Amino acid sequence: MELFDNHKKLFGTAALFFVGLTVLVAVMPAIRNQNMNQPLPGAEPLSPDAIKGKALFVANGCVACHTQQVRNIDMDKTWGSRPSLAADYADIHRTDLWRNTATLMGTERTGPDLTDIGNRQPSKDWNLVHLYNPRIVVKESIMPAYPWLFAVKKEPSKSDVVVNVPSEYLDGQEGKVVATRDAMYLIAYLQSLKQTKLPDGTAAPAFLYKKEEKKTAGAAAGAEPDGQAIFTANCQSCHQANGEGLPGAFPPLKGSSVVLGDNLEMYVDIIMNGYDAKAEFGVMPPVGTNMQFTEHEVAALINYERTSWGNNGKKVTPEEVKKIVDFVKLKAAE
Amino acid sequence: MKSNKSLKLLPLFLTGMLMNAFPTLAQDDAPSHFSFSYAGALTWVLFSILFVVFLAALVLKQKVKNIRNSRKRKTEEEQQRQLQQHLRNLNSKQIGEIINYKKRRSSNVLLPLLLIAVSSLVPVGKLLAQETGKPAGSLLGETGILITIVLLLIPILFAIIFLITKVVHALDQTKKRHKLEEAEKLAAYLRSLPEEEIDTQLKKRKAALDYSLTNRELSGNQAPEDEKGLLQINDQAGLPIVALKKKALPRPNVDPALSRLILWYLGCATFWLLFGTTIGEYVGIKFVAPDADHVSWLSFGRLRPVHTNAVFWGWASLGMLGLGYYVVPRVSNTKLANIKYGWYALWLINAAVILGSICLMAGINNGGGEYREYIWPVMLLFAAGIVMTLVIFLQTIARRTTKEIYISNWYIVAAIIFAIVITLVAYIPYWQNGLGETIVQGYYMHQGVGMWFMLFTLGIVYYFLPQQLNKPIYSYSLGILAFWTQILFYTLIGTHHFVFSSIPWWLQTVAIVGSAGMAIPVIAGTTNFIMTFKGAWYKIKDSYTLPFFLVGVIFYFTGSMQGTAEAFRSTNLIWHFTDFTVAHSHLTMYGIICFFLWAGIYAVIPRLTGKEAPQITIGAHFWLALVGLMFYTVPLMYGSTLKGLLWMEGKPFIDGVIKMAPYWLWRAIGGSLMWLSHLFFAYNMYKMMVAKPVVDVRETAIQKLNGPTASTHSIV
Repeated sequence: MELFDNHKKLFGTAALFFVGLTVLVAVMPAIRNQNMNQPLPGAEPLSPDAIKGKALFVANGCVACHTQQVRNIDMDKTWGSRPSLAADYADIHRTDLWRNTATLMGTERTGPDLTDIGNRQPSKDWNLVHLYNPRIVVKESIMPAYPWLFAVKKEPSKSDVVVNVPSEYLDGQEGKVVATRDAMYLIAYLQSLKQTKLPDGTAAPAFLYKKEEKKTAGAAAGAEPDGQAIFTANCQSCHQANGEGLPGAFPPLKGSSVVLGDNLEMYVDIIMNGYDAKAEFGVMPPVGTNMQFTEHEVAALINYERTSWGNNGKKVTPEEVKKIVDFVKLKAAE
Repeated sequence: MKSNKSLKLLPLFLTGMLMNAFPTLAQDDAPSHFSFSYAGALTWVLFSILFVVFLAALVLKQKVKNIRNSRKRKTEEEQQRQLQQHLRNLNSKQIGEIINYKKRRSSNVLLPLLLIAVSSLVPVGKLLAQETGKPAGSLLGETGILITIVLLLIPILFAIIFLITKVVHALDQTKKRHKLEEAEKLAAYLRSLPEEEIDTQLKKRKAALDYSLTNRELSGNQAPEDEKGLLQINDQAGLPIVALKKKALPRPNVDPALSRLILWYLGCATFWLLFGTTIGEYVGIKFVAPDADHVSWLSFGRLRPVHTNAVFWGWASLGMLGLGYYVVPRVSNTKLANIKYGWYALWLINAAVILGSICLMAGINNGGGEYREYIWPVMLLFAAGIVMTLVIFLQTIARRTTKEIYISNWYIVAAIIFAIVITLVAYIPYWQNGLGETIVQGYYMHQGVGMWFMLFTLGIVYYFLPQQLNKPIYSYSLGILAFWTQILFYTLIGTHHFVFSSIPWWLQTVAIVGSAGMAIPVIAGTTNFIMTFKGAWYKIKDSYTLPFFLVGVIFYFTGSMQGTAEAFRSTNLIWHFTDFTVAHSHLTMYGIICFFLWAGIYAVIPRLTGKEAPQITIGAHFWLALVGLMFYTVPLMYGSTLKGLLWMEGKPFIDGVIKMAPYWLWRAIGGSLMWLSHLFFAYNMYKMMVAKPVVDVRETAIQKLNGPTASTHSIV
């Protein structure tokens, strides 16, 4: 065949075929998505600090393990309140002359997704300790430690941000661990990662592949959610698996007056809306609100905390909790 | 007779089984969005296993029956008749020996009996029986998982067949023992024969049997002479430690300048393989020991792209190009157009990988897209290198002295053209804002794998596989079909890495459809290679390159089809974001690309240098790489399936990390074996390229005779 024996025609045809398909499935959709999508009205641009933090995030290859996309499937609900939209990425442009756009969607989830990490884990103290060495707060973590973002000072000045690192993680160094500016930039970036609220009246796309039978059947049969699993997923990284917290950073729940006391309203309020009353401990984020806990989940969590680590508190029912949950929601809204 | 009847009943029985299987499964299957035919597919998997096991049982039953029949007590009369029959069928030599024996009246003729461990048959039977047990569950209703199971079952089925042959062999041994027993009886009978019978019957018979022509009716009485040098007698053959394989044939007419260029390409590639996989090994260890070091330049996030890019652009690309520089002029039957450009390309690509690795470790990268981590000035060097290569290759093909363009050159040149297009699309900034970047990323990373590495490597295989088998490729047309369908389908599949993301749903669907379409080129290619092997399978045991090709072909099929299986939405739910992807990319980039490259390298270098690597270290390289790859991938696939299921159940994220720990350890072990195999490979490269050959006494003596002015026989 002439086509097959003439190198110009053969390779010309193959190249045209490939380029044509490339334009159809890559270039044109890319241009279309770039031009068509606009950032959400409520989207906040990154602060100057957060921009520097993002550069560090990119430089250290964090995207190798952390995705930034909530897929529209039920299992991704953990990572955000709605599936990510094209609009969420629309405001991301080329970084600079040397570097391409960094949407940082990622393809591996060796570590947790970070789309909404600013809401899920807003505590600066926790993030700094975790960055210095993740295994201080999460024993099983395999995330790299980033001690080069910190300095060890004998006598930190007043403006220094001191990080409470247990001595066994200091590798024999003497002094206090102080966050460098880079560490603060990175934290600023992480804290800025929050899902933007959709404009009022806009329905978020649905999460697909729901495991509906299980949930409804469970509720109908009176089977309560697993309090321990809720604790592990949402509380353990600060309060620790043994309930003892981390001295100087996160308070213990073992023997805690809040957990075992009679003030159920305060307890539920802290779970739903967070807490910042004690100077020696970090700020607790509104975990329950962020994760949209139901009264069943709150009750299961309370019952788990009240009966673990030697705690021996009174159990609560979802009905009791429901009233308080509704009440504290109203209070938070005020 | 009985067995024939049961064979006739077999199809009836099987259809009955099928008829039963389908309705029951359809009923048992919980109502879901998965259609009925998937459950049917499961039935087929189970059915085919059962079928094989059933066939095996039939064969074994037949064998056992035969033996039992021969063991049956025979009546006196029957035995006598049988002995008489043996007597009639004796040949001349045997009769002569009987007569001699009778003369000597000695009684020490019988062979000692062989002992067979019949007991060993029992556990084998048990093993066979266990193969039928298979776990069942709702997961098995999904196409992707089914395909994976089937792919995994293929080797198991082969193992069953292997077991059966072993059992049949053992049964044959038993049969042999019975024959020996019979022989003993016959001997006893012969011993008891009266003298006169021997004289009358046997002697006469012997005389008749002994009659023959002299065999010299047509020839003279002189000694034979080997005038054409057909005989070669090696009187110094020792016992080899490993099986002796064929030596490569030297090709004295390769241009020494080209030969030097190719060797440099392959040498640099070997360096980058060692470098890249040392990094990879270290990165794998960090999953088990995250606090191995606290140096920013060696942290996981920075080293991971150093590993992937070094093995991509350093090892695999240079290795392919080196082999390409051999193949392109050879199949064009002409000289390489411009060797200088080849050297420039080599320097440019090496510079790109060196600079790129340093940049990445220093924290300078392009923004996080996989395999697109090198910033554009670095990638520009690489692109310039392949542009130069394209120019020379096109010039060489333009000067070809053959009418047709051999299929290898289709693949190789197309791969280079496409790689240039891909790099341009990936690095030109005009369509990279927001989701544009993600769409381009999906396109780029998969085209890089499929259009650059796979296409180029296929071109190499289309040359070296027929050459090593010494027979033409099975079908040129299948090669052409695979070529065009690969372009059609592969180009579409990029965005299947972003299924369920905010990329347009239709684009995801196109990618999934394209992934399914990839079955066509993959099956066409695999068929072509396997059919080329057909009739020449025996050559594998004589060759140290063909095993590499065979492994490459197997992974070409299983690895590529696994990619299709992973692309479906249902399997994405479980496997996306887990280490399954990592296992898949190693099955393909390592199982296909690396094994094919090694095959080509072991085939070509001895032809250029006249030196070969020791077979024992080539064997060590092969087996460590293969076993290591299995240890690496299988635990990762298994573990990440469990992890994906945990995620789907909504379990805490850290539970998945804990669950993966043992599988990450296995990965590190497998990775270590792979890394060790590369040390052997590097040693082999040294032996093939640098090491001084042992002095050949005869060759040197002749050279001495000819005096110092005579040219040496060196090829390079």
